[in-house]
Amino acid sequence: MNFIEWIKQPWPWYVAGPLIGLTVPLFLLLGNKSFGISSSLRHVCAACLPAKIPFFSYDWKKEVWNLFFVAGVLLGGVAVALFLSAPAPVVVDERLATELQQYGITNFESLVPTDVFSWPQLFTARGIVMMIGGGFLVGFGTRYAGGCTSGHAIMGLSNLQWPSLVATISFMAGGFIMANLILPYILKL
Amino acid sequence: MSTQVKDTIQNINTDFEVRSQNAICVNQSELNRPLWSNWKYLVAGIGFGIILVKSEVVSWFRIQEMFRLQSFHMYGVIGSAAVIGIISVFLIKKLKVKSFEGEEIKLEPKKFSKGQIYGGLIFGLGWAVTGACPGPLFAQIGTAATVVLVTLLSAIAGTWVYGKFRTKLPH
Repeated sequence: MNFIEWIKQPWPWYVAGPLIGLTVPLFLLLGNKSFGISSSLRHVCAACLPAKIPFFSYDWKKEVWNLFFVAGVLLGGVAVALFLSAPAPVVVDERLATELQQYGITNFESLVPTDVFSWPQLFTARGIVMMIGGGFLVGFGTRYAGGCTSGHAIMGLSNLQWPSLVATISFMAGGFIMANLILPYILKL
Repeated sequence: MSTQVKDTIQNINTDFEVRSQNAICVNQSELNRPLWSNWKYLVAGIGFGIILVKSEVVSWFRIQEMFRLQSFHMYGVIGSAAVIGIISVFLIKKLKVKSFEGEEIKLEPKKFSKGQIYGGLIFGLGWAVTGACPGPLFAQIGTAATVVLVTLLSAIAGTWVYGKFRTKLPH
């Protein structure tokens, strides 16, 4: 298998994880910036609709690097879609596949299941709860927690900050509660 | 001193405090750089986005497997990323490495607040629904899952609502 074919396959965790970890020193060295992503959502608020709210009244241009970064992340997605995508469907654990079948989720062609996340689904109860409701919880929760997976679980833990460990454990607890206890009811909608 | 000058001084003095409220990823640099100099963060973002998509961290299925303990993948990714991060930060501190722009590298420890628990739980609930934390939201849109733009806008709205009611919430 040549190199191009090889990188088109899904990358194992022991390749992706260390590369993601190296983002921490990269950003510190590039310009004394602590790595994180969810703050970009706040900078958009500060730039577009600060509405005199003290929390959004700061010089967002000082953090514009973060908006460049997330724009890059989006372009990275485009780059994979254009040049590096694997033709095979996503491999899904059998137990999960069986469970999802009950809810009519059978298309595993893309990383984001189109049976739930697609424009037509946006006009169904399940679509509204999952896309709009879920997004709201992500934006509200990350800011309330002061960071997301990148800021707390990677940057914060890298700096051995115990509040980031508390946040990471809370993320996981929330995720376990949702996926196992609440999501089955939402998926039935 | 004119009021305008006073205002400017006050802004300078408190801006960093406001910016670093409830945030990990803060620009600690005191240098003023032109807008175009941010191209390197765009390039870093492209690399990061490619990694997120190719490792399927942006996949809703991988997130479901993680929260059902059906796959080690996500634990491996986050765990090994944290280990590499810990070693890197340790070395930067130990060797007093300076940034490429010659600045001393600063890392301000975050204080504990109850928000990390309440907000963390709320974010966790959302993460298991959308199958995406904020980074993957951007990457998913790039992979042509354009409807995720709606999820992203909703996340921005969530952030705004938090900011609006911040003082009324327990911290």
